[in-house]
Amino acid sequence: MYRRTLVALLAGSALGAAARLAADQPVEIRISAKKFEFHPNKVTARRGQPLVLVLTSEDRIHGFKMPDFGVRTDIVPGQETRVSLMPEKPGSFTFFCDVFCGDGHEDMDGTLLIEA
Amino acid sequence: MQHTDRRDFLKLAGLAGVAFTAGLFPGRRADAQASDRAGDFHFVQFSDTHWGYSGAANPDAEHTLEKAVTTVNGLARQPDLIVFTGDLTHTTDDAKVRRERMKRFREIVSALSVKDVRFMPGEHDASLDRGEAYKEFFGATHYTFDHKGVHFIALDNVSDPAAKLGDEQLAWLAADLKQRKPDDRIIVLTHRPLFDLQPQWDWTTADGAKAIELLMPFKNVVVFYGHIHQEHHHMTGHIAHHAANSLIFALPAPGSQPKRAPLAYDAAMPGKGLGTRDVAVADKVTLVELPVTKG
Ligand SMILES: [Cu+2]
Repeated sequence: MYRRTLVALLAGSALGAAARLAADQPVEIRISAKKFEFHPNKVTARRGQPLVLVLTSEDRIHGFKMPDFGVRTDIVPGQETRVSLMPEKPGSFTFFCDVFCGDGHEDMDGTLLIEA
Repeated sequence: MQHTDRRDFLKLAGLAGVAFTAGLFPGRRADAQASDRAGDFHFVQFSDTHWGYSGAANPDAEHTLEKAVTTVNGLARQPDLIVFTGDLTHTTDDAKVRRERMKRFREIVSALSVKDVRFMPGEHDASLDRGEAYKEFFGATHYTFDHKGVHFIALDNVSDPAAKLGDEQLAWLAADLKQRKPDDRIIVLTHRPLFDLQPQWDWTTADGAKAIELLMPFKNVVVFYGHIHQEHHHMTGHIAHHAANSLIFALPAPGSQPKRAPLAYDAAMPGKGLGTRDVAVADKVTLVELPVTKG
């Protein structure tokens, strides 16, 4: 039992090192916003892989909030808003528009899926 | 955060409501015979009427508000005043339609027998034009008033589309509170939760913690709000926060499902999960949830 745990831990740290090597280059993920959706609204990434979200808007000011990562920013039309993230644990994390934008605002959300 | 430990649920004959009693003015000494003394009073809270909404979540949307007005007019004990904690109207991009909805809403609620009615905006009323149309119809978006020794403070956390009170309003609040004594009775009315109820659903106020911090030195503070379309009770320290039911559709309990989509309409039980609330103010505050129609 003890030995198996030890092996698993070693394997885990080897993977971690590999991920850290790959981690040198952040992966860019582009997400565009318009009333009342994000595109794409489902984004998948790997744990330990640094990300840069590149956020744009096609119509008006929207918000982008991801409470689990402590992230919130406005998305202003005509400019790229870049947000750096380091996903450290796997899971499914919600993001949503937090600048009221009209009848449908409450449905404007998406999911960041972090795979182990 | 400590949850209230003084929940007394009582069935009240004839009202089909549920009473929630708690030491909500905890700094004041409870008086067993507190009811009906001079200075005690009732008010009724309406919230999230969303006039102008049409959709599957409430096929009866055109009549729900009128029914609730009739029910409140029929209360044996009429309240001294009525408050509307926001989302009077359902939002629209069309500034003309927004004003038509506000006008019609105002006509419907003018049928209330009680004439002391206080309004507050929700994001559906005020976020798209920073409260411009709302102010034309209902006046200031944040204000104070006093009633029988209770100081009411209406806070606006919706005219800024990013759901902020803003530094200017916080300074105004601080200045108002400076004139209060630590044991004054204070009722705060607002639309969104001032605390982080469910951040993943945006059930927060961006700078709500600053308002709570300003209120903390006061021993007798109760907050009534809306936005989440359901009855909900929460304590931040000694301050109680009570969310009201909506009059358009109910939303799921915080975090109970992945999305905050409206609960499905139940044709067998129209008005389920909707209603208004009677609040009796004495040494304690006692809440009775009222149905849309008395049945
Ligand atoms: Cu938006």
